[in-house]
Amino acid sequence: MIRQTLSVLRKELLVEWRDRSRISGLFFFAMAIVILMAFASPSEGVLKQQAGGILWIGLLLASTRSLDQSFATEMEHGALEGLMLWPVDPRAVFYGKALANTLVLLMVALAIVPLLFGMYGAEVRGSIPVLLGFLVFGCAAIGAPGTLFGGIVAQARGSSVLLPLLLFPLVIPAVLAAAKGTTVVMEGDPMGQGRSWLGLLVAFNAVHWSLSGLFFGRVVEDG
Amino acid sequence: MPSPPTIHIDSLARRFGPRWAVARVTMELPPGASCMLTGANGSGKSTLLRCLATALKPHEGGIRFGNRDLWAHRDEIRPKIAYLAHQLHLYDDLSQRDNIDVWARMGGLSADADALLTRVGLDPKRNDPVRALSAGMKRRLALARILIKAPELLLLDEPFGALDPDGRQLVVDVVREIQNRGTTLVLATHLPTSAIHICDRAVVMEAGQIIWHGPSGDLP
Repeated sequence: MIRQTLSVLRKELLVEWRDRSRISGLFFFAMAIVILMAFASPSEGVLKQQAGGILWIGLLLASTRSLDQSFATEMEHGALEGLMLWPVDPRAVFYGKALANTLVLLMVALAIVPLLFGMYGAEVRGSIPVLLGFLVFGCAAIGAPGTLFGGIVAQARGSSVLLPLLLFPLVIPAVLAAAKGTTVVMEGDPMGQGRSWLGLLVAFNAVHWSLSGLFFGRVVEDG
Repeated sequence: MPSPPTIHIDSLARRFGPRWAVARVTMELPPGASCMLTGANGSGKSTLLRCLATALKPHEGGIRFGNRDLWAHRDEIRPKIAYLAHQLHLYDDLSQRDNIDVWARMGGLSADADALLTRVGLDPKRNDPVRALSAGMKRRLALARILIKAPELLLLDEPFGALDPDGRQLVVDVVREIQNRGTTLVLATHLPTSAIHICDRAVVMEAGQIIWHGPSGDLP
């Protein structure tokens, strides 16, 4: 299964590399949200405090485009069915795609964070590895359930509308934890709250990465 | 390659909503048999093929692959089946070579992409994404994709669709090559004249049922 997971991951990254317009589209989408929010904010002080939240709003909205496209590629010539019949273990398909979706989102996050420093005057008063931890686990928390729901809605009409309707309520706790954690790392964390938020994110990931992997076979197989 | 087992289709039925696409079909495919499924559009031949490919679970009856129930043991049997589907199972954003490499890696198989592409009449040096290929070239690439496997059961759904006369002859040649290894063949087509050269048996379907079967040379 590990070999197949890595093969699926490699294929996903190859597709992203061959059509780089997708990831650049995601980046510009998230960047547009960050810039618009900067103009809407009443003062620089407020803007600085909101930086963490705005980052995660941008990433959450951009993720729906990324997840939708991830399965659109599979549906064009029925490739997802081809994977099942080849056969590739459905768990390998899930973990390969979820890892790729997480990596894509993480790349967008890493490109957006410097904008927050430049435009919002945000700074990291806490530890940079902890900030990276929030970015990694936050993106993963969107990536795993997003891949599962992406698979569910891929075969339905209006999948781009259905995906956020299903995904957003589920990932709200994780996005709240990521936003709050990012903010305390940026603003300073005298009360040591960051560890609790990071713990919540890790627990959310542990549950969703294991359960989504188990359920994915039911999503993509007939019967 | 081990000899393929006999395939028993036993009162197979599959519905979509209230409509039965395949209704109580019973037939047997001995090892190395080559069978053409023909009939008008919507007669159930593609659904029957998809059940054989384990893409669809039968709602009634079943298929035995040797002594094993095909659906229950699909994980073990799927590597022995190659299926050229109506949908071509290709990645539009990848090149033809990438597609062959990706599918070979997924199956843990080794494949000489250049040789396979040349075999199906494609230029291995061409590096365009698949979306830039014509419908006929995509079908040739899908044929190359199934050549990665050494199947015991080969399933072809409308393999001559979108192909020019050279392409149709290529399909006949490639399928004969695979048949020479003893592979069992089931081919669905509504153009039986092209398939008659590679299939010794024919089954005519209508409304999900078999209405005629016999040697392909006697096809009505």
